[in-house]
Amino acid sequence: MSEFPVISTVVFLPLLGVVLLLFVDRQREAAIKYLAFTVSLVTFLVSLLLYRDFQLNVPGMQFVERKSWITDLGAQYYVGVDGISLLLVLLTTFLTAVAILSSYTAITKSVKEYMICMLLLETGMLGVFVALDLVLFYVFWEGMLIPMYFLIGIWGGPRRIYATIKFFLYTMAGGVLMLVAIIALYYLNGGRPGGEYTFDLLKIYGIELPFATQAWLFLAFAVAFAIKVPMFPFHTWLPDAHVEAPTAGSVILAGVLLKMGTYGFLRFALPLFPEATRYFTPLFSWLAIIGILYGALVSMVQPDLKKLVAYSSVSHLGFVMLGIFALTLQGIEGGILQMVNHGLSTGALFLMVGMIYERRHTRMIADFGGLARVIPVFTACFMIVTLSSIGLPGLNGFVGEFLILVGIFRVNMLYAVLATAGVIFAAVYMLWMFQRVMFGTVTHEENRRLADLSARELVVLVPVIVFIVWIGVYPKPFLSVTEASVKQLLAQVHVRYRVEQRMSGPGFGPVLTQDQRTTGETRETPHAN
Amino acid sequence: MPISLPPVSWGAMLPLLVVTATGLLVLILDPFTSPAHRGRLGILSLAGVAVAAIALLQRRGVSEIVFGGMLAADGFAWFFNLLFLLVAGLTLLISMPYVRRFGMDQGEYYALLLFSTLGMMIMASSLDLITIFLGLETLSISLYILAGFLRERLESNESAVKYLLLGAFASGFVLYGIALVYGATASTNLKRVAEVVASGRVTSPTLLIIGMGLLIIGFGFKVASVPFHMWMPDVYEGAPTSVTAFMIAGTKAAAFAAFLRILMTALPSLQPDWGRILWVLAVLTMTVGNVVAIAQSNIKRMLAYSSIAHAGYILVALVAANKLGSGSILFYLVAYSFMNLGAFAVVIALALQDRERVSIHDYAGLGLKYPFLGAAMALFMFSLAGIPPTGGFMGKFYIFSAAIQAKYIGLAIIGVLNSVISAYYYLRITVVMYMGQGEAEPAAGRLSPALGLAMLIAVLGTLQLGLFPSRFLELALRSVEALFG
Repeated sequence: MSEFPVISTVVFLPLLGVVLLLFVDRQREAAIKYLAFTVSLVTFLVSLLLYRDFQLNVPGMQFVERKSWITDLGAQYYVGVDGISLLLVLLTTFLTAVAILSSYTAITKSVKEYMICMLLLETGMLGVFVALDLVLFYVFWEGMLIPMYFLIGIWGGPRRIYATIKFFLYTMAGGVLMLVAIIALYYLNGGRPGGEYTFDLLKIYGIELPFATQAWLFLAFAVAFAIKVPMFPFHTWLPDAHVEAPTAGSVILAGVLLKMGTYGFLRFALPLFPEATRYFTPLFSWLAIIGILYGALVSMVQPDLKKLVAYSSVSHLGFVMLGIFALTLQGIEGGILQMVNHGLSTGALFLMVGMIYERRHTRMIADFGGLARVIPVFTACFMIVTLSSIGLPGLNGFVGEFLILVGIFRVNMLYAVLATAGVIFAAVYMLWMFQRVMFGTVTHEENRRLADLSARELVVLVPVIVFIVWIGVYPKPFLSVTEASVKQLLAQVHVRYRVEQRMSGPGFGPVLTQDQRTTGETRETPHAN
Repeated sequence: MPISLPPVSWGAMLPLLVVTATGLLVLILDPFTSPAHRGRLGILSLAGVAVAAIALLQRRGVSEIVFGGMLAADGFAWFFNLLFLLVAGLTLLISMPYVRRFGMDQGEYYALLLFSTLGMMIMASSLDLITIFLGLETLSISLYILAGFLRERLESNESAVKYLLLGAFASGFVLYGIALVYGATASTNLKRVAEVVASGRVTSPTLLIIGMGLLIIGFGFKVASVPFHMWMPDVYEGAPTSVTAFMIAGTKAAAFAAFLRILMTALPSLQPDWGRILWVLAVLTMTVGNVVAIAQSNIKRMLAYSSIAHAGYILVALVAANKLGSGSILFYLVAYSFMNLGAFAVVIALALQDRERVSIHDYAGLGLKYPFLGAAMALFMFSLAGIPPTGGFMGKFYIFSAAIQAKYIGLAIIGVLNSVISAYYYLRITVVMYMGQGEAEPAAGRLSPALGLAMLIAVLGTLQLGLFPSRFLELALRSVEALFG
């Protein structure tokens, strides 16, 4: 591996872009837009280096960089990626570039501040995915709220202020409890025999804690992440934030921000607190299933396109959570892939809703109808994205959902059956929406004169669609990077669990035994770091 | 019996002497300066503060006890004195345009500012209850006058009178506390008191406990902890804005310096007792400060209540009573001074345009109209709310770390939840600045260079403490070693 600090370059390039933007006169909006887009594009291209040089069979962290930061407390600037975070980093750099390009015409006021916020947000999000030090992670996790807060609050819809404050306070409330847990973990880890006072996540991984302590700490982390995901019943901030956010904000929010929550479970909550994870698995699985069904049912009755897509996110993220808490190889791999899929397809849906909103200044389904004849190219793209969101075989959504269902089926058939109902509901609300918007006769005169996709809009959408099809047809390049790391994660979750099991005898019933079978190949792997 | 004078270490006293001499020089030169050139007195004061700071910087790492154990020039005093000089310097920078604009351009203003800085420095350097009291009075009496410096404004007079009455009341508590502690231990020297208490040779434990309680009440008034906070919003609202900035940052730091010294050096063995009292005070102070701040629409009043809440956070660290806790207080006070003085610099920058703009609605549309002022104010607000990557976050992080280290998990949880409450009213300012309708157009004007410099220092300080806190924390931790040694 080269000495070139790829991760830091990727994380801080957008920040460099911000500095450059500060020196551009605010009147020169075109220059500001091009500069911001160029920076985000270069960031994406540099992040591809991570994929190129990624070692598939290495389960641990790669491209690791380590610098001392707060020496007295043992917090460091410590970053790296593994199979769990790699795809999310790429998704972030990709969607940010797409989102910036998509806002060329949508944003008319304070373009400079807008682009600065977008790039700051990118740095914050990337930092969350690569940080391996708990303090560093927290700094990115909370710091990222500031640009998102402004994006919704300044460039959002009519109820933007309510939405953005709700978003901020919800996330912060979850975050601060996690901060307490992080600090507690630090002292618990330092205080154990041979322990070291450090915020180094990989060193804390091996910590053995009494069950009650684990449970409290797990809950503190889990609430922070569950709010972000958002899991039912912590989801109420999401529809507000999504509906009021500008299009690019929604794309980033759905595409990347929500993944921070699911990522947090995989990176922190599960491997740090294995016994607590096992104990709370039924609870979180049921919340995930409620989320899947509830999100789908609420989507069905939404009159507003954007709200429909927002609630569908609750449903989709429920799938991801269910896959993660299956605690099987397929379930977690499917969950990770589904995070990417959801980012692509829901991101694209928000983009297209934004495009049609720019033309008609309404998002009400009732205001449309018969668009298929007026704007055929738009309709074709919308069709592909809709089908991808439903999980049609041959498109990306299918692969992720299928893996999740396989993973969960081997653990608990009831969960799988209920989740499958969610897939059917998804088909109902998405296709019904599609039918009402695209087919039939044109009921509103204004809709007859709609312009089809412009060249720039095509440039925005086509790369997303390419990935949608690619993952659907040939998912191997995406799945193969995750495998080694997921296996190691499972070993972490299961290894000590088995020890406890041996001491206290069988207590968890069939769920456990089946689970052990499915992860048999990782069983003998010692906890490796 | 011949009286032997203790040897005087001039080097250790130099920073204090420079500040005193500058103050006196300003008073002497004042009658000979034409009103048009009074700004020069401000520059002279600034130079004095700078010289004192340089003299202080020369003495880094030197630890010395002078005046027969009355004053200490140790790491703790060094750190705090540097902080006071920083606060004084920044206050002078933001004062100079403000006093000119509002007709307070008199030599006394600068001289009193310097004398109250002197009082703070004495408080932080004191190793004796008597000198602490001397410093406290030097500080307070100067501030009583400064609070009423806008003679023609009713609120300013009200502020001064309230401050004087309640300040005197609090001083009475402190003095009575000192007397009782002396009665119980036969000494006012902090280290002697600690020895006597530790060895159990206290004449009357009841007397000692009551004395300690009175000291806590007295300092509770001075740091404005709930329920001794009533005076503070009125005083801070009515006083000239530059003086409010000085009080909010400097007075609080000085009071905590002395409080910390008394509790950690003189009464460490009573920690179980005062820890329990301060636990309650901390929770009340954080919660009441934050909840009441939500209802404020005057920005000075809001910052006043928010500073009550911040006193609560600092009390959390005091309860923890460990080395990290004491160090985090020092760190927090630095971050706190930067962000509050910065915020007040913005308030003053707006006041200079045409009139005092202290209603929250006066900030509508400010953010996008003045990008630098807006961004700076937003940064200070996020820092006050404790959002990374700012100094305010790191300060809170250390404080809550200290609390958790000392096993006060519940207190830490109450503290972090309080910072969520506080985020609401700090965000409100940014909402108004960036998301409100900009009807109330503040007249455009150039930022005065002094204010711009003060703001820039505050912005850089806030970011530096948030992004690269390591060196400051190390310094703070080394400085509090004097308390435990």
